[in-house]
Amino acid sequence: MNENKSKGINIVVRRIIAYVVLVILTVLCLVWFYLLFVNSTRSKGELISGFTPLPSTHFIKNWNGMLHSTQPIVRGMLNSVFVAACSAALCTYFSTMTAYAIHTYRFKARKAALTFILAVMMIPTQVTALGFIQLITKMGLMDNYIPLIVPAIAAPATFFYMKQYMDSVLSMSLVEAARIDGAGELKIFNRVALPLMKPAIAVQAIFGFVANWNNYFTPALVLKEEELKTLPVLIAELRNADFMKFDMGIVYMTIAFSIFPVIIVYLILSKNIVGGVTLGGVKE
Amino acid sequence: MNNKPNKNVVKYNKWGYYFLIPFFVIYTVFSLIPLFSTIYNSFFEHFMSGLKVIGPNYVGLENYANLLKDPRLFQYAGNTVIMWIIGFVPQILVSLLLAAWFTDPALRLKGQRFFKTVIYLPNLIMAAAFSMLFYTLFGKVGPIHDILFRAGMIAKDFDFFQYAGWTRGLVGFMNFLMWFGNTTILLMAGMMGIDQSLFEAAEVDGATSTQIFFKITLPLLRPILVYVLITSLIGGLQMFDVPQILSNGKGNPLINGHPTIMTLIMWLNQNLYSRNYGLGGALSVILFIITGILSLLVFHFTGKNEK
Repeated sequence: MNENKSKGINIVVRRIIAYVVLVILTVLCLVWFYLLFVNSTRSKGELISGFTPLPSTHFIKNWNGMLHSTQPIVRGMLNSVFVAACSAALCTYFSTMTAYAIHTYRFKARKAALTFILAVMMIPTQVTALGFIQLITKMGLMDNYIPLIVPAIAAPATFFYMKQYMDSVLSMSLVEAARIDGAGELKIFNRVALPLMKPAIAVQAIFGFVANWNNYFTPALVLKEEELKTLPVLIAELRNADFMKFDMGIVYMTIAFSIFPVIIVYLILSKNIVGGVTLGGVKE
Repeated sequence: MNNKPNKNVVKYNKWGYYFLIPFFVIYTVFSLIPLFSTIYNSFFEHFMSGLKVIGPNYVGLENYANLLKDPRLFQYAGNTVIMWIIGFVPQILVSLLLAAWFTDPALRLKGQRFFKTVIYLPNLIMAAAFSMLFYTLFGKVGPIHDILFRAGMIAKDFDFFQYAGWTRGLVGFMNFLMWFGNTTILLMAGMMGIDQSLFEAAEVDGATSTQIFFKITLPLLRPILVYVLITSLIGGLQMFDVPQILSNGKGNPLINGHPTIMTLIMWLNQNLYSRNYGLGGALSVILFIITGILSLLVFHFTGKNEK
């Protein structure tokens, strides 16, 4: 009896500790974005005179200031959306296709191809950047989106995720049944395999989009033309501004403009994202 | 069904090759050829002297010899590792704690979905913008500076970004914030994979929750912990966006004239911009080899787990 009681109290204490820690971490994760929001609504003068915890009334003014600043921020956002959407689409479609090749067919080089893809999975893009830039320059593709979008077709990590998922949802009998019905192999892939993979494709499309949206290293090397630059490259340029002279309200608004759309989309899709992290992750 | 391949199936199997074409063509063009040409470059003297291009002249291993003699290599590697450790230690501790709490059925935490959503959020934020945000928030006219000043904790002209400790600490802290949610979710998956009867048996035997955590959960979690550790180290070696933007590519603050938050990839990036291809090539190859060794360790440990 007594033991049970002390155990009960014990649990309550542990629960309280857990909630306190979780609340602290929640604040630690969110406070920066709240400060960003508050400061994006304040005028240049208010920002210099000190911090206030409540938003002010200059949101629209800062918004207009951002639209008319020297940097093409809105253009940058459209560029980012275009690059990220194309990359995510190519990456998911072709990674699924690669996974389908390994999953469905038994050909001589199958094992070797699989081993190769897994072996190159960990190679960081940075270590090939030197050769990449030289190649792009020779091909005349500097200041072009092709080197930012097309390489997404070969994404070993996405392939691996797709393969893990496909192994659990696509049985060979489905493929064989479609063959008996006279469907061609490409058609079977597009009409039978692809629809079954929808949940995995959704997760990877989100991750692919976000990864490209946030990508700074490669776009900064490839894009020199102001009108072509993506958001991260423009944000990095903000760092050069002289903050004593510059209107800080506009700086905050620009940062907010590149962060808040992602947060809003994330909150809408969070169920898919948080669940998706582990689906194909650690296994094997 | 028999496993013997009949003629029909063999006829279809050539499609495996067709479906692999996009991946292998694109990978070869945009990754493999660049990789080999990077390695090739590392054997040549090739840089800009003012506006004049020197080289390319074949110099054998000279670039490697120069690089290994260069004190910057070890300074920047040290900076990278220090900032990685500042972020990783709290990351793994907090993640273990949260994962244990989230998966503990006795604790019955409410609002789990909310907390998981919140802690994963920073992982999706653009690192460039996050870094820029911290630069403004902690800057001399930023709100954090203002709050601490009014609380009497810092002087009016105190500048976080003049101190190596503060700046490295902030980079590590940002890395922690961006990655602990991700790690928590990975560890949770590992913990939920542990046979529940082990916990029940331990509880019947009177083990406390602390004992269960250290004697059962932790040892069984080892393969995943190793995976998290090594993949995080590989990610840490690639640290770039946050320190690059925080210091505008310079790696400041300086200590004895040496940049204290300059990472290896920032240095590589500098060499790419200044077209110092010999040194950049050798540096890339060294990073490639280190990453390769770490990846082999991942495969080694996670492979064991499977059996």
